[in-house]
Amino acid sequence: MDMYSNGRGAIYRLKRLYESYGYSQYKMSKFEEYDLYVRNKSFLVSDHIITFTDTDGKLMALKPDVTLSIVKNCREVERGVSRVYYDENVYRVPKGAISFKEITQAGLECIGQLDLQSVSEVLMLAAKSLELICEDYVLDVSHMGILSALVDGLGLSVAGKAKLLSYVGEKNVHGISEICADEGLDPDAVKTLVRLVSMKGGCDEMLEILRDTRVYPDACELAKIVSAVCERGGKARIDFSVTDDMKYYSGIVFKGFVKGVPTSLLSGGRYDNLMKKMGKQSGAIGFAVYLDLIGDLDADVNEYDVDTILLYDDSTPLADLMLLADSLRDGGATVRSMRELPDGLKYRRIVDKREGR
Amino acid sequence: MEMLNIALPKGRLGEKVYDMFAAAGFECPSIKENNRKLTFENFEAGVRYFWVKPSDVAIYVERGAADIGVAGKDILLEYKPDVYELLDLGIGKCRMAVAAPVGFRDNPSKTLKVATKFSNIAKNYYDSLGREIDIIHLNGSIELAPILKLSDVIVDIVETGRTLYENNLEVVEEIVPISARLIANKSAYKFKGNVIDEILGKLER
Repeated sequence: MDMYSNGRGAIYRLKRLYESYGYSQYKMSKFEEYDLYVRNKSFLVSDHIITFTDTDGKLMALKPDVTLSIVKNCREVERGVSRVYYDENVYRVPKGAISFKEITQAGLECIGQLDLQSVSEVLMLAAKSLELICEDYVLDVSHMGILSALVDGLGLSVAGKAKLLSYVGEKNVHGISEICADEGLDPDAVKTLVRLVSMKGGCDEMLEILRDTRVYPDACELAKIVSAVCERGGKARIDFSVTDDMKYYSGIVFKGFVKGVPTSLLSGGRYDNLMKKMGKQSGAIGFAVYLDLIGDLDADVNEYDVDTILLYDDSTPLADLMLLADSLRDGGATVRSMRELPDGLKYRRIVDKREGR
Repeated sequence: MEMLNIALPKGRLGEKVYDMFAAAGFECPSIKENNRKLTFENFEAGVRYFWVKPSDVAIYVERGAADIGVAGKDILLEYKPDVYELLDLGIGKCRMAVAAPVGFRDNPSKTLKVATKFSNIAKNYYDSLGREIDIIHLNGSIELAPILKLSDVIVDIVETGRTLYENNLEVVEEIVPISARLIANKSAYKFKGNVIDEILGKLER
């Protein structure tokens, strides 16, 4: 498996990738007015935000998210698109954790008059980002426009709709049937949704399932985008269990997985609804790569604290010692010169240059 | 061959689940040996089973230590792990219910004291009714709470109702039916989907 042994190495490669596609780096302050997050709380991964009062009395927050700041500050262009990437730390409580964590996140946003090309390019960049981290990856792609049209058409209660979407996200087909029964719906009403959630094939199967529905044009567009990425070698697949908040996401949404990391490492989508909510007219699409999760990949890379312990004492000629250490390092080993064997250090071998040895 | 890691809930339910997997062609005879081992492998079938506390199965699967596992719907509702719920196995059936001393009358002008192991389920249920409650989180012997007036009611799993009956308690509301579910780690399903689907297909029959 080809992988980067640390997050910094991955960030460097990702930055080069994004710059090669004409993206420019977006640097921002660590702080943002708390009000921005209060107004868009459900866009955030976690509810918890670190806040403090600034010298002018304003309530500020340590950024729990990057996209909201970029959307808030972006200047809309009449023609074309603006492309930015970032590499920032955010502060939030990850799911299942009991305290705040500083999370390193890289990603990009493409904002403006989006077309098939710009959306396909973002998806391609998502695939390439995953490939840079690990060759064994999958990019699952879905479409919130298609899902919301199918779900809205059922006439469910608000609670039923929320439950249904969470079951779609779990590939929970028996749960979807239960909702039908609870809300007195004909099981046939969710047949299309069930087929979409359980489908194993590619674009052709999706088009077949959605052929006679009013979301067929969206499905054709999704197929074009996914096919374009696959033709360029990207491992993108249709998977309608990828869902996100309909209040913000309107078009394609996607999640990336790499072998060896138990959760999605990349998440993104088209969030025109968020733009509208923030008073902007442009379309927008972007994704984030959660670099803190890369640690799961190199769990067994650093099996040893150091490769070689070089033992010396007062009788060891200093020049010889330094020469030997350098030649070992030139051979690719990590070397620590010491007078005595330390306790609790894990090393591959010892080279003993003490008197008489 | 890459092994598929399967977390089974310790106890009678887990044994039943293992029998279902074995019948589906994923046997591991050493699991039936009477010893204190926790993991069991069958390299030919490509499976590694391990016993874990029933309430921990979802954590093992969500964190990727297990690729798939079997957990009660009660645990999934309580902890909401980010996993795929692929199949209702139709075993381990029981219900999540509100129980109270026989003849209990709910006084809506007072905050209802609810003792439970399932704080999130209880909170969501009473939120949906708009009822103000005080949750008393306990780890066991929930039935004792209303007897000693620690709580007004309990929210707990009811299988036969015998414990309730013997303690002069009764079910007053049913919240949700419970049964064992086959769950899968989302990432594992991307990379070991074929074998997981093979198991799923055979268990569904």
